[in-house]
Order: sequence, then C-alpha cells, then structure tokens
Amino acid sequence: MYNIFKLAVRNLKRYKRRTFLTSMLITLGVVAVLLFVSISGSFKAMMIGQITDSMLGHLQIHRKGYLASIDSLPLNRNLNAKQVAKVEQVLADIDAVDTYSMRIKLGAMFSNFAETTNIRLNSVLPEQELNTVPLLSERIIQGQPAGLIEKGEILIPELIAKGMKVKVGDSIVLVANNKDGSVNGQTLQVRGILEGISGPGGRDGVIHLEDAKTLLRFTGVEISEIAIRLKNMNHLPQTFADLTAKLSSIKNQQGQPVFEVHTWEKLSPFFNIAKMIDLMTFFIRIMLVAIVLVSIMNVMIMAVYERINEIGTIAAIGTLPARILGIFMVEGFLLGVLGTAIGTIISLITITIMNASKISFDFGRQTGLLLAPTISAGEVIVVVLTVIGIAVVGSLQPAYKAAKMDPIAALRHV
Amino acid sequence: MSLVVAKNLKKTYIAGDITVNAIQGVDFSIESASFVSFVGPSGSGKSTLLNMIGCLDPPTEGALQVAGSDITRLDRREAARFRGENIGFVFQDFNLIPVLTVFENVEYPLQMVQNWPAGKRRKRVQDLLGAVGMADQENKYPSQISGGQKQRVAVARALVTNAKLVLADEPTANLDRTTATRIIDLMKNMRDEFGTTFIFSTHDPKVVKNAEIIYTLEDGRLKESRSGNGGHHV
Repeated sequence: MYNIFKLAVRNLKRYKRRTFLTSMLITLGVVAVLLFVSISGSFKAMMIGQITDSMLGHLQIHRKGYLASIDSLPLNRNLNAKQVAKVEQVLADIDAVDTYSMRIKLGAMFSNFAETTNIRLNSVLPEQELNTVPLLSERIIQGQPAGLIEKGEILIPELIAKGMKVKVGDSIVLVANNKDGSVNGQTLQVRGILEGISGPGGRDGVIHLEDAKTLLRFTGVEISEIAIRLKNMNHLPQTFADLTAKLSSIKNQQGQPVFEVHTWEKLSPFFNIAKMIDLMTFFIRIMLVAIVLVSIMNVMIMAVYERINEIGTIAAIGTLPARILGIFMVEGFLLGVLGTAIGTIISLITITIMNASKISFDFGRQTGLLLAPTISAGEVIVVVLTVIGIAVVGSLQPAYKAAKMDPIAALRHV
Repeated sequence: MSLVVAKNLKKTYIAGDITVNAIQGVDFSIESASFVSFVGPSGSGKSTLLNMIGCLDPPTEGALQVAGSDITRLDRREAARFRGENIGFVFQDFNLIPVLTVFENVEYPLQMVQNWPAGKRRKRVQDLLGAVGMADQENKYPSQISGGQKQRVAVARALVTNAKLVLADEPTANLDRTTATRIIDLMKNMRDEFGTTFIFSTHDPKVVKNAEIIYTLEDGRLKESRSGNGGHHV
C-alpha cells in the first residue's frame, strides 16, 4: 500500500499546479461549509437557548385545547388542582425532567392612571420560574433582576414601558375579567423592565402567581401551563414521547385526553427558522459534494487520459487491474485529504479569530447579539469524512476506466 | 523443451465491415534460452504475434503455449498474473515511468506485481542494474538519462522478475545504430547470463543479423525461418 501512496504522491507532485488548484477548490468548499455550519449553528443554538431558557422551557403541558385558543388566553381552560397533581405525579416519575414552573397566563388592561393599554401576563412562582427559565432574569434591562419578582410587583415589557412612559418604581393598575366575567383591579409596583425577544410570550409581562389569583379571584389551584426544563436537551424527543404516552392515558369522563404536551419546537415560530437554517446547511453540503465530485472527477479523468501509455506499460508488465484501480483512487483520496486538511485548518483558525474579535449582530429587535461560532468535533469529522469519501467516489470512474483499459490500445496511444 | 509453441495461430480483427487477417495460420516453436527475431515489413504481423505470445491479445484461432501453459483462454486477470510471473517486456519507446527513478522503475515489477520483500528486492535490483551497466545512475529519473540508457533500464526491468521470456517489440527503433547494436548485444549477454529467452521484432537488417533464429513474416504468414549470421533455411 505504501508503494501505491508513494506513486500517487509523485504523480500529484508531477502536476503541481493542477494539484494545487484542485486542492484549493476543495479547501474553499470545506471552509465555506465549516464556517457556515459553525456560524449558523451557534446562532441557532443561541436563539434556541434564549427561547427555551428565558421564556418557553423545553416542554409545556396544557389542558387539552388550550393551545388552540391561546391567543385569547382562556381562563376556563386552566388545569384544576386534581389535574395539576396528576401532572406533578407523572413528572416526578420521569428522570429526565429537571424542574418545572406553574404559570397562570392572563390578559389584562394596564393603566398608568393616565392611559390604558392591554397587556399579556405570565404569573409565576419566582423560584420555580427561575429554575425553569434561568435566563429570564437576564432580560430585566432595568430594575432588580435578583429574585425575579415579589408579591405586589410587576415586570413590564420594554415596549409598554416606553409607550406608557412607565419607569421602575411607578405604580400601575391591572384590570382583568375573571372566569365569571366580573372585573377586578389591582395596583402593582413596577419592579423592572423586560427586554422583548422574538417569539410567543417574548413581550409578556410577569407578575407573582398569588397576585394573579387575587386579581382573577381564584380560590383554589388553577394553572394555565406547566413549563418544563430537562436535565439535557438532547433527551427532548424521548421525554416528549414518555410524557405524551403517560399523560394521554389520562382521560376525562367523555373518554378524551385531558392534557396536551408540546415541545418548544411546536410553540415557537423560530423552529421554522431553525429548520430553514438546517435546510440551507444541507444545500451548502450538497454544493460541497458537487464541488468535490466535479473537481476530483475532472482532474482524475485528465490524469488517466494523460497517462494512458503508462497505464498500458504497467498493465503489460503484470500489474493487476485492482492495483491500477488503487493507484488512481489513492490519488483522488490524497487530493481530498489535502484539500480537506487545509480547509479544516483555515476554518478552525477563522473560527478562533471570529471568537476573539467578538463580532456582534442584530436580529429583529434584538441588538448587539454576540456571534460566537463554534463547531463540534463531530461536525468536523462528518465534513472531513464526507469530502474524502466523495473524493474517493469521484476518482472511482476514472480509476475503473484505467483498470479496464486494454493494454495494447493503451500502449499504442500517442 | 519448447518455451513457446504455436500451432495454426490466427488473429483476425473486425472493424465494421472490414476484416483484417493479421496472422493467418502460423506454426512455430521456440526453445528456452533462445535469441529469436521476428522480421518483416510494417503490417506483416510482427507486433500482433508478439502481443499474442505476451498474453496481451488472445488469438482468434489455434493453439499457443507459453512456458507449458495454454494461454489462449486466460481472462484479463489471469493473463496479467501470467505476464507478471513469466514475461518481461521491452518497448520501442522505453516506457519507463517518469515519476520513478531508475532504481524504482526496475524495482516496480518486484514491488507492485510480485510483492518481494524490501531487502531481497534491493539486492536483485542492484544486481540487474549492475548487469546492464546502470548501477551508477540508479537515482536518476528517466528524463535525466539518454535513450540507450533508458532501454538498458527497460531490459533490467524486464529481467528483474526472473522472467522466462522477454518480448521486445522494435527495441532499437528509437536508437541510433551504435546504441541499437549495444542494446541487442546487451540482451544477448543477458540471455547468456540468466538463460532467459528473448524474442524481439525488428525490420532493421543490421540489427536482425545478431539473432540466432530469424522468423520472417509477410502478410501474416511465416515465410521463412533461418538461423542468424548465415544460418540455414527451414
């Protein structure tokens, strides 16, 4: 095998310029893919992290039908005490679940005593909420983030704060209808201003769960949603399946399931952007495959054509067809290895430089997001193996042609 | 025992509507350690005959035995293996591999065809390069040596595997007269030293006179068989 490699290396060195240009083409493709994967991957991971860790959690449980009418935040589709207890029992049995947070979601009128607007609110138990969505406190751009919220306080979204000219420490009034249709009001103090983020709930205010119960005149336990955080997000599909299986077995008197379970993917439109990024990554990879395939095939076809006489000679002196095949395939393989090695090194250096440069970007209303491209060893290995594999595949046809060549015809070739 | 035996050997090429009878029923036998030349004008069938003996082209009809094996029914792979084990080739254009040194060119059949161990290989190549007078040029590339030297290397490559038979198709066609004579002398010396049978084709009368047995081909038929240097008619 060493001899085949030696011969292949010598032949690659024989046509230095062609070897260089082909390798550079492969290098370019590898760099494009690795940089795209690292940048888009880190953007995706950052956005998903923001969405799940500051708002949605990884999974959510609602009463059946709640999500379909979530725009109106219906109070008559809340989970009751018995149902909440059942969910808690199920969650306790699933090891992958780290923590969860009970929420009452409601719509209310928000007044600064001069003007009134409507507001969507999440009412939470601060400790539960911070454990489930730990980045929520980082969205507090004014006010005290520690402890999230106390009874009698409200975190208001940035847009309402600006529009209504409300500052931290101001008093405001929330007015809401309870389930019976009667109206109740409550005065709260603005504890902080929340940065808005993309997606559902990204512009909701936050109040304490007890304040919501008072405002809505709930006497017992009533919960709109249970947001769940997993120990490891990679366990999401399995946990979702387990949870769905366990909760779907709980039926009401009409034999219908009581609960519905959704992953963040179903709840956030960003999932579609994430899928689009994955699709783009896929097409970039297809382009890389095409670049490698075409360039390797082209250069190997040329190599075979230029060396027909040599092929005839080595075939005549007894080189077996499989070995001739090997000689040319190893050349293609080495071209792939060379291009990939250079491309990988350039990509990793570029990623390091980009991280050191702390490049920031804006996404929607979010500004100053830090671009921190990263790429896993697994991703690099996949790209490297794909390119090298394609290089071998690309050289297969020319190599096969060389191996099948009639020695006499090859020797006569001028 | 005869090394090469041909009986009623025929080769026909068909290209569209045209049929070419390149070899038309040839019989001959060549003994081991002979120094044989096929002569004849262009198109007489010399190269075709050498290609058939060399397992490069199967005959259309007839029997052909080389080194005791019927070579008419070998598939590509078997033919390649047979060539690698029994036959060496010397070409008109030398056909050395340009990216390999003189030493590596001679080493090639041992390394890539017969898989000899490195130590044994090195000694054998050095012996052969010494025998053809190229020992001091072993690290040069083909582009750095003359035509005559290239053909010496080609002879060494043909002999390095202990081939029973060396086929040389017009080995002196690209060489000047003096060099051509030296190459023929070299091949003869190699025959004497290693007992290898040499069959070569040529149409150069001054080169052919060095052969011990001369077969004359004309229009694919064997017209004459005689010994070289004033040998008898057969």
